[in-house]
Amino acid sequence: MFTALLIEQLLNGLQLGVMLFLMAAGLTLIFGVMGLINLAHGSLYMIGAFACATVAAATGSFWIGLIASLAAAAGVGAIIEVAVIRRLYDRDHLDQVLATFALILILSEGARWLFGSFPLYLDIPPLLQGAVPLPGGGQYQLYRLAIIGVGIAVAVGLYLLIARTRLGMRIRAGESDREMIGALGVDIGTLYTVVFALGAALAGLAGALVGALQSVQVGMGEPVLILAFVVIVIGGIGSIKGALVGAVIVGVVDTMGRFLLPSLLALTMPASQATTIGAALASMLIYVVMALILAFRPSGLFAAQS
Amino acid sequence: MNRETTVNLLLALLLLGAPILAANLGEPFYVTLATRVVVLALAAVGLNLALGLGGLLSFGHAAFFGLGGYVAGILATHAFNGEPLFADIPATTSMPLIWVTAVVVAGLVALPIGAISLRTSGVYFIMITLAFAQLIYYFAISWPAYGGEDGLSMSMRNAFPGVNTAKPLPYFLICYAALMVTLLLFRIVEGSRFGSALQAARQNGTRLAAVGIAPFSIRLVAFAVSAMITGFAGALYADLNRFVGPSMLSWHMSGELIVLIILGGKGRLFGPVAGAMIFVFFEYVLGGITERWQFFLGLILLGIVLFARGGLLGLLSGKPRHV
Repeated sequence: MFTALLIEQLLNGLQLGVMLFLMAAGLTLIFGVMGLINLAHGSLYMIGAFACATVAAATGSFWIGLIASLAAAAGVGAIIEVAVIRRLYDRDHLDQVLATFALILILSEGARWLFGSFPLYLDIPPLLQGAVPLPGGGQYQLYRLAIIGVGIAVAVGLYLLIARTRLGMRIRAGESDREMIGALGVDIGTLYTVVFALGAALAGLAGALVGALQSVQVGMGEPVLILAFVVIVIGGIGSIKGALVGAVIVGVVDTMGRFLLPSLLALTMPASQATTIGAALASMLIYVVMALILAFRPSGLFAAQS
Repeated sequence: MNRETTVNLLLALLLLGAPILAANLGEPFYVTLATRVVVLALAAVGLNLALGLGGLLSFGHAAFFGLGGYVAGILATHAFNGEPLFADIPATTSMPLIWVTAVVVAGLVALPIGAISLRTSGVYFIMITLAFAQLIYYFAISWPAYGGEDGLSMSMRNAFPGVNTAKPLPYFLICYAALMVTLLLFRIVEGSRFGSALQAARQNGTRLAAVGIAPFSIRLVAFAVSAMITGFAGALYADLNRFVGPSMLSWHMSGELIVLIILGGKGRLFGPVAGAMIFVFFEYVLGGITERWQFFLGLILLGIVLFARGGLLGLLSGKPRHV
């Protein structure tokens, strides 16, 4: 029984990690190519979730909702990039933090204006309802397995996009020398908009996928955003491989900490106390892990060459 | 007297005069509003030391603000219940003692956080300070002894010798005096050898190291002092609201502190004061007109960042003395 529980929790950690990867990949791509720190990435996640929930409720199809979430997040991302973000590339980090913080206020309050303060709900599509048996007994939700599958597919897709396509070549060139690729005749403005919209679409996809597991509400993006920051700091800002490794570390450490710490502490103290202290420690665990990693590798595990 | 000094004096007088006038007109609400301005300004003065002088963009100063608040709340609760704090250390409701404790606690927590965070720079520094603040935030939420998610209410304001702190105006004057003393300290630090070294560390750390001063230790001290001032403000804020909760530790709070500095003018003595005045004014006026005031605050903030760099003091008093 314990083995089954352990596998289930590991899978949960993996699912959280994969979801964080979708967020972190966009963040780290945007930072790597444009040198921009984007706090509003969590708002794009929220937009994806709202778009999916609204369209799925209107059409009755989760899949149309999913496409809508990609389109909405990418669309809003492109609009934001052209209207605001574009002016921030040659500013310092302080201006970027403030302007994107302002965007959070605008987008969160705007979403509350449009959709109200009550959470929306999104059902798991019929195709993915149900559970699969786990080795050692127990069952696992098919939908969560599907999220893990989507995450792996996106990771492979991103790898192929960046390593094998012309767009990917330009993205890599933009990371190493943006003046030079401008001088070589690549329209850098369009490239930046495309990269930003791509990152936004990934965030929107993550929001839509998670929307079916949790309620869809204003502010849902913020905890995820901060976890995604932890992920890219651990992985090395600008590195997609780092984002993948960091995301799995954060997802698994966080989930396993919440699962194991209370029972570990229960060996040395009364159960009720162990639950409280274990929960408190578990919620801090990933930050401790991050601090430890940064104490030894100040620029993350897979630091991109500066 | 240059133009910025004149503007600063006028702001200081306005901030003192308006609540006294309001108290005499029987409008205690405005006195409380002014106290809010003063305490937020004080918190931002702390951050301004790290951010304005040292160029350290800490996105986690809410941690120190909240710690100061929790020190005040926890000491007051223990004293109210007549429980000792630890074995035989008694709790207290005396403000000066609480302030000292808050400042010391904030400084002690800031040292390890600073020591790890300052190994990094740029975006890493922003995110790691944010992450440490989140660590403390989640700890406060999941630790049930002091209210957890609900926070901690204090039944009455703590005591200051010879002053009735329950009345709005005396409490305002305490906070105002604290702000003015801290601003004086800020000015002294800015002009001292340490202040010069700190600003040199912001402008060019390598060059500072070349003349024989290690930027790391200068930055670390600045970070800790900055946290101590913000922690002090947190203790005052808890007493102002007679409540302390995890919202004081949240990353929105860290963001707001940065916003205050930018609204007013980064690195300027009275920047945080001007910024807090505008922020609370917006919050009050926009908040009175529409529930969606944060939407418009966001638009205004975006406009300032994109088009009016230098903040209010930049508009009022021209170019800064240091570039």
